[in-house]
Amino acid sequence: MNQQRLQERVRQLREQQSTNPCRVLVCCSSPCLSAGAGAVKSALEAVAAEHSGRVSVEVTATGCLGPCSRGPLVTVRRPGHADAVYERMTPELAGKILAGHLTETPPADNLLPADLPFLARQTRIVLENCGRIDPENLDHYLAADGYAALARALHDFSPEGVCAAVEQSGLRGRGGGGYPTGLKWQLLRKAAGQRKFVVANGDEGDPGAFMDRALMESDPHRIIEGMAIAGYATGAAQGYVYVRGEYPMAARRMHKAIRDAERAGLLGMRILDSPFSFRIDVRLGAGAFVCGEETALMASIMGRRGQPVPRPPYPAEHGLWGEPTVINNVETFGNIPPIIRNGPEQLAAIGTGRSRGTKIFALCGEVIENGLIEVPMGTTLREIVFAIGGGIPGGAAFKAAQTGGPSGGCIAAQHLDASMDYENLQALGSIMGSGGLIIMSEKTCMVDVARFFMDFCMDESCGKCSPCRAGTVQMYRFLDRVSNGSATERGLVHLEELCRLMKETSLCGLGASAPNPVLSTLRYFRDEYLAHIREHRCPAGVCRMTEVPVTLLADELMQRIAAGRLDGEAF
Amino acid sequence: MEARPVLPDAITAHVDDPRRRLVDQTLKRFQYRPDALIEVLHVAQGAYGFLGEELLSHIACQLNIPESQILGVATFYHAFALRPRGEHCCIVCTGTACYVKGGGEIVKALEAAYGIQAGQTTPDGRVSLGTARCLGTCSQAPLLMIDNTALGHEVVEGIAGRVAAALGKSSSGREPGS
Ligand SMILES: Cc1cc2nc3c(=O)[nH]c(=O)nc-3n(C[C@H](O)[C@H](O)[C@H](O)COP(=O)(O)O)c2cc1C
Ligand code: FES
Repeated sequence: MNQQRLQERVRQLREQQSTNPCRVLVCCSSPCLSAGAGAVKSALEAVAAEHSGRVSVEVTATGCLGPCSRGPLVTVRRPGHADAVYERMTPELAGKILAGHLTETPPADNLLPADLPFLARQTRIVLENCGRIDPENLDHYLAADGYAALARALHDFSPEGVCAAVEQSGLRGRGGGGYPTGLKWQLLRKAAGQRKFVVANGDEGDPGAFMDRALMESDPHRIIEGMAIAGYATGAAQGYVYVRGEYPMAARRMHKAIRDAERAGLLGMRILDSPFSFRIDVRLGAGAFVCGEETALMASIMGRRGQPVPRPPYPAEHGLWGEPTVINNVETFGNIPPIIRNGPEQLAAIGTGRSRGTKIFALCGEVIENGLIEVPMGTTLREIVFAIGGGIPGGAAFKAAQTGGPSGGCIAAQHLDASMDYENLQALGSIMGSGGLIIMSEKTCMVDVARFFMDFCMDESCGKCSPCRAGTVQMYRFLDRVSNGSATERGLVHLEELCRLMKETSLCGLGASAPNPVLSTLRYFRDEYLAHIREHRCPAGVCRMTEVPVTLLADELMQRIAAGRLDGEAF
Repeated sequence: MEARPVLPDAITAHVDDPRRRLVDQTLKRFQYRPDALIEVLHVAQGAYGFLGEELLSHIACQLNIPESQILGVATFYHAFALRPRGEHCCIVCTGTACYVKGGGEIVKALEAAYGIQAGQTTPDGRVSLGTARCLGTCSQAPLLMIDNTALGHEVVEGIAGRVAAALGKSSSGREPGS
């Protein structure tokens, strides 16, 4: 296939779709499937078959539409009508609704209002196709302008030109660190090496984050296209997608998409009849959080234990098999096609300060609307939680939002109006992270949350460096003592010292960021720690406080011994 | 490392085993490259349900890497089990979203109901109880997986009964080699 043939095919597909009298999109991503989307789809197909003599109805299984807590979701699309989205479908209801549409009497049961803030207040650029196309169907992606960016890059851009466009857009890595993507690509482009590699990081280890899963399951071709453009821009001929082991469906869809793209001449040898060749292989992770770290991830791709190595040398000089490598998050790659297709100005025009473009968040926890949202960088937390998320269930008070998973921190209620961008989140003691956003209400105990994350880091520490291996255990023990009621204030001082020590001396990001949840909860919720320690009370009523507190007497005795003051005076 | 001599009857004992054939096909597909180790272990685990000693040394031999290295990899990653799992798997998500909504309480309730700790299998080999760090379906929190079926929006009251019912309906915990 070459560029003209691609354009011709896209035109045909569009024409076909626009003449189709009725298309029904059933969200078949994991949350909707577990809510029963499979049966809904069968019911719709049965109704479509009944009417097949009269009108043709296309029933499509799509990826994630976003408002996951309202699933199963069904969208009815007819030319000349606005999309009608229905929530909480049952097989009977879905059949009735489709039959209604076909007889021009569409019922209003379970219809989502067209201006539902959850959908209307988003800016969907990376997620533009999610919930709109069948992820397993290349034609659907092509009809949605798919691979137009790759064709344009190969045809109209030099590799330097692509790097420059990405730089100009201001795109920064969406995997946590926020390193400028264009700059990273330039480094690889200029690096000398026989072979170069492009790696997509789909490990998504942060518990409570599911953006990358949704993107890989709902729009896999977009990631392939982004990677191929990266390959062209940097001179790499081989790419790897590293998919988290817990996401077999994402891996399967990536596999299929790669195969389909290869068959269509959009990947593999001489892409679109240009001299550029690029292959992609999928690698499945095996359940280790640290493998999200780039050096550990590369070790894992090479079939080894996922233990990080010190940087520098950075992957751009010494990566897979010692060759120059670029690693980006899958959402970063998802941003690439629109930059090339619509120009870098589109992305650069959205956002705030040095954070340009949009960010996908996985909104969950104690908030009414759970699901996937894409908002401009710099949107306030209040807008996300209350306008888009609908507030806290049962009218409970908002207490904190956790971003960045075990490497991030909590943002307290006084910062609800803070802008969500890289710099500001860092200033508040958290990080942007990969986009998990867990809302906590007054029913959540912050000490318990800190303990939970430390338990996670302790489990996931790879054990290579001692600050992380031993530090996480010591911190966990202390936090456990706080929540069971046997900690002392002196311990708290030690805890803070230990946090600093780990931050400064750990080998990789896991250890260096493991203290973040503790530090940020201490910063905003110190009184809660003190209530546990001094008053033996958990304000949220979560911790059981079953242990006998260590008496201050013994603590003071120790202090006196240390000071050499055992003069027998009464305590 | 030098490839170890393999006894002829040790080969013939496995020739007809479809699971072993699946593993061997995978080895061949990756052209016996050592960097395919994790992919091969995934297939082997899917076929056998766990990675036995004999299986590991077979793979080590085929990929021409030391057994110590393969054991290092198999024990590093959580996804690989070196001992057989129960007939059914019950995985409770203890990721952040599920934890905030009471996943921890559900683990405790099930541990009490089955008299085992998370990570163990009941003595009759019927149920393995496990935890996971986020199954990526956080909007259904708190979440449980009974074999391949998800139970979403769970509450701790009466959880043991619902798990038992779901286990009764579920035929087998193992995915055939995926
Ligand atoms: C402990 C640890 C876990 C990480 N997990 C992830 C992850 O799950 N997904 C991800 O994209 N990046 C993760 N990263 C960041 C990567 O190392 C790397 O910076 C990122 O993939 C670069 O891509 P980007 O420039 O597009 O953000 C992790 C880093 C550390 C230290
Ligand atoms: S935290 Fe349980 S599914 Fe994500």
